[in-house]
Amino acid sequence: MAPVFTRPTLATGVRLRHDKVRDQTVLLFPEGALVLNDTAIEVLELCDGERTLDDIAAVLSERYEGADVKDDVAELLGGIGERGLVVDADG
Amino acid sequence: MAEVTDTGAELIAPPPGVPNPLLLIAELTYRCPLHCPYCSNPTDIGAGKYQDELPAEDWQRVFREAADLGVLQLALTGGEPMARKEIVELVTASTENGLYSTLVTSAMPFPKRRVEALHAAGLDHVQISFQHSDPALADEIGGTIAFDRKVKAAALAKELDFPLTINCVLHRRNIDAVGSIIQMAERLGARRLELANTQYHGWATVNRDALMPTRAQLERGEEIVMAERERLGPNLEILWVLPDYYEEVPKPCMGGWAHDAVLVQPNGDVLPCQAAASIPGLKLENVRDKSLAEIWFESESFNAFRGTAWMQEPCRTCPINRQHEDFGGCRCQALALTGDAAATDPVCQFSPHHDVIVSARREADEPEPEQPLPFVYRDLIKS
Repeated sequence: MAPVFTRPTLATGVRLRHDKVRDQTVLLFPEGALVLNDTAIEVLELCDGERTLDDIAAVLSERYEGADVKDDVAELLGGIGERGLVVDADG
Repeated sequence: MAEVTDTGAELIAPPPGVPNPLLLIAELTYRCPLHCPYCSNPTDIGAGKYQDELPAEDWQRVFREAADLGVLQLALTGGEPMARKEIVELVTASTENGLYSTLVTSAMPFPKRRVEALHAAGLDHVQISFQHSDPALADEIGGTIAFDRKVKAAALAKELDFPLTINCVLHRRNIDAVGSIIQMAERLGARRLELANTQYHGWATVNRDALMPTRAQLERGEEIVMAERERLGPNLEILWVLPDYYEEVPKPCMGGWAHDAVLVQPNGDVLPCQAAASIPGLKLENVRDKSLAEIWFESESFNAFRGTAWMQEPCRTCPINRQHEDFGGCRCQALALTGDAAATDPVCQFSPHHDVIVSARREADEPEPEQPLPFVYRDLIKS
């Protein structure tokens, strides 16, 4: 089951990097890389272990003219969290 | 190895033509305190050419060239990479170039001050090999007394907050303990556990009959792995590298020849995989003479089996149209089992040489002898 987060943050040893050769942003982790789309990048950049899921959704909602994005954010983090790449700062 | 998957994110199509590499495998030295009989290093590691190890300055340049070429992941391996006295400087060079660095180590040695220095230099990830979960059997397989030191090394890696991967190569003499190996990795606080069924390259080819498990052993092992994955979830990612002698279609070896990965040997020779130096007539380039980009894009060796144009039958007109997915399997295995590096990997059910695989399976299933077959241990001197 996909994990549900309170204050999500990238797990130790997981980092975002711009790949200049392919002009894309990738999530790097032990022996792997995940190509991210723009939404995923925005969400992960907000995962600082301080903001709650609601805080993250609120920031994005403001950027996108009040759209309700909370479910999308939770789903995206759940998917990445299933691989242990995002963890809960409170957990 | 470097993988691109679509979990929670949209895939971006790779550029057309020759892809840029994602992974650099840096074999810093073939010196190693362990003697594992399945080592993927060449069987002639004692040869004079490998004693002429690439100086640290050259490695630092290679890391920069790799980053410029699009490499994201760096595996610092060997042999034992900690045997290179410049290991900290090499990690610094990796960090400066934005590479994600993994130290692939036997953890022999793994001294605290040196490992702290690696951490400060920006090392991203530590992978420690284990041979078994039982100390005496582990030391017997590795050919040296190592188990307790590995346990201490894993604790140190955790203390320094490194993400930790435990790697255990599986074979006839340890696969029945897979459950206890998983529990050991859990106790050691590993994030990932690589259970790599032996691939028959390098020293493993010499030891194939002693290493190859029975089908029943594999099936039991796989069942345990599946159940443990369910129990552990994201707390411990368990990789199960398929035993290709028991598959009917081949693996896309290295993700395809010269597709994702580039490997540099201790002397600076550049290869598309660990075993490619075994292919006769393949002209090897060296980073002392040419840039990594030149070698990747233009060399005869990297273009020899790239893509699908070089293929023979049955790959060329694959009955299940899988040639773009598995790239005909492993070139080195094709060579070792058929004498032709351009043949279809005999693991494939459509290979005219598939009977070689079937008979190896049959032999593995014969009743166990009183004494297990002896190992030929990896050794620099005898090779």
